Amino acid sequence: MKALLDWIEYRIPMMRVANMHAIQYPAPKNMNFWYIFGFLATIVLINQIVTGIWLTMSFEPSAERAFASVEYIMRDVEYGYILRYMHSTGASAFFIVVYLHMFRGMMYGSYQKPRELLWLFGMFIYLALMAEAFMGYVLPWGQMSYWGAQVIVSLFGAIPVVGPDLVVWIQGDYVISGATLNRFFALHVIALPLVIVILVFLHIVALHEVGSNNPDGVEVKRKKGSLKEEEKTSFEMHEYYTKKYDIIDDVVPFFPHIVLKDLVAFVVFLAFFSYVMFFNPEMGGYFLEHPNFEIANPLKTPEHIFPVWYFTPFYAILKAVPDKLLGVIAMFAAIIALFLLPWFDRGTIRSWRYRSGLHKVNLLVFAAVFVFLGYLGGTPQENWKIVASQIATVMYFGFFGLLWIYSKNEHEKENLKPVPERITK
Amino acid sequence: MKKLVLFISLLVPSLVFAAGSNYPLDKANYDLTDKASLQSGAMLFNNYCLGCHNMQYQRYSRSFEDLGIPVELGAELLQFTGEKPTDHIKSAIPAESAATWFGAPPPDLTLVARVRGADWLYTYLRTFYVDENKTFGVNNKVFPDVGMPHVLQELQGTPREAKEERMVDGEMVMLNAGIKSDGDGELDAAQYDKAVLDLVNYLVYVGEPSRLKSEAIGRWVLMFLVVLFIFVYLLKKEYWRDVH
Repeated sequence: MKALLDWIEYRIPMMRVANMHAIQYPAPKNMNFWYIFGFLATIVLINQIVTGIWLTMSFEPSAERAFASVEYIMRDVEYGYILRYMHSTGASAFFIVVYLHMFRGMMYGSYQKPRELLWLFGMFIYLALMAEAFMGYVLPWGQMSYWGAQVIVSLFGAIPVVGPDLVVWIQGDYVISGATLNRFFALHVIALPLVIVILVFLHIVALHEVGSNNPDGVEVKRKKGSLKEEEKTSFEMHEYYTKKYDIIDDVVPFFPHIVLKDLVAFVVFLAFFSYVMFFNPEMGGYFLEHPNFEIANPLKTPEHIFPVWYFTPFYAILKAVPDKLLGVIAMFAAIIALFLLPWFDRGTIRSWRYRSGLHKVNLLVFAAVFVFLGYLGGTPQENWKIVASQIATVMYFGFFGLLWIYSKNEHEKENLKPVPERITK
Repeated sequence: MKKLVLFISLLVPSLVFAAGSNYPLDKANYDLTDKASLQSGAMLFNNYCLGCHNMQYQRYSRSFEDLGIPVELGAELLQFTGEKPTDHIKSAIPAESAATWFGAPPPDLTLVARVRGADWLYTYLRTFYVDENKTFGVNNKVFPDVGMPHVLQELQGTPREAKEERMVDGEMVMLNAGIKSDGDGELDAAQYDKAVLDLVNYLVYVGEPSRLKSEAIGRWVLMFLVVLFIFVYLLKKEYWRDVH
């Protein structure tokens, strides 16, 4: 066995990479509940890829056969319904864990210097994920697949001059049709997953280069030679890290400590996931919308057209602006603002534990506004909701504006709890 | 955006037909484990619905197997035009003719329970009432102006909107009192409700034939995860004991 490993190691750096990134990677010991979602997102990504491969074995990407082939999977393929529900539940689970993962980053300032690129790669993953989910939702070719696609694709028509031609180019037809379904299938099963996997790889490379943040926002990698021997971690970390830095005694190795912790989270997550998948795959019409069990019919518009729940906050922003082009701009601006978060925040304190009360309130309000926008975008339009969504949209952008204003020199405020020298727990 | 909103909102009134009214729905207490009910539902479907509606994603053999119907018996009682057991449950009605006769082709019903919900179906099938202004002489409370005749009338009897005189604020007024049959059907009111419930039960089953199997597997999976959690948690605790 040893000889075989040596033989391989001589040719590719298998153990070196494993040691560096999966075993002897120094992780802060205080990474709490909020730190499981990156791991869970990876698990869900693998789930989507594996179940996706099996689904493509029986799915037929044509307007005539798509809907029927999904029902074929549900009825005639052995355990096909499990594959399908793993995939459909996985789509929603992906967004749940990604939203929580992003909120974690915001709470603990994980986007701040030197983790800007890490945050950007994450945002690109999120963007690719939205495209992936949108196109995936079109594939079953139900009523919501069709009309949802109609609404979303028509947004590009708002772009001046090139808009209408762009819509035709995207659709591959003058209307959403089998041609659209076919190309969305191609993008959904190969183009975007490839992009996502590459981005996830870069996300992890960027993470491991700068190291994991933690709930205290305290740096665990210190300047070489700045720590006494007894202050350094007693765990054996990879020399890649120890050569460059002194690592303080507040870290644990990725394996087994973090892996075991993630494993506990994984089992709990799996229990929730299994409950939905086996007992409640529609989740009251949120994960699988009821009208989508009716085959796409271009002549019959559903009473209400909603995107799936994970898009509804942005859909509410789109609808809040009474001009189509400006609405589209506002919607994309809402996403771009998130991209620019590391530069909106001019503060140097990472964790909200040690930031001003204003920041804590601002962040919590932002989270609440996001959820509220989701509610507004996912329920039938009523008069009060127009004004409400306009106010919420202003508040959404207000978060970034406020942050930009108060974050400068925030650390000089006297009443702030000082950032500790070491991780507190 | 304005155009889009306008476009969608203009469609809403015309969609009242498709979307239905606000008529309060009765709860359908269906039971997927009740095979007798499911079998009776299958009989009703194949005798009364299949004439016009497809159930094209479901195979006869799947229904037979899940409902405990022997293939020979199924062929005798549920297959009328010499289909093979593995054939999909398809109506003999040509789609084009159906579209001409009813104004729109009768929808496929394989997944109707997942689109409409069991309560909707249960209420819909029990709220046809005589309305001479309509093409088929009947209208529906849940689905106003529906283009479907009251196929189950021979079972229910002639359904009429019942009015009741009641004292309201010191005055006698006529109030709607639901729908009452003339009693000229094969079934009485309770029997009819039960028959509709059986049919709805069958439609719910066909919408997702793996429902019970899925839950059975799910229970084992959850039990396994509970046990796994205990061990994983203890293992994690052991390794983290010395940290802090």
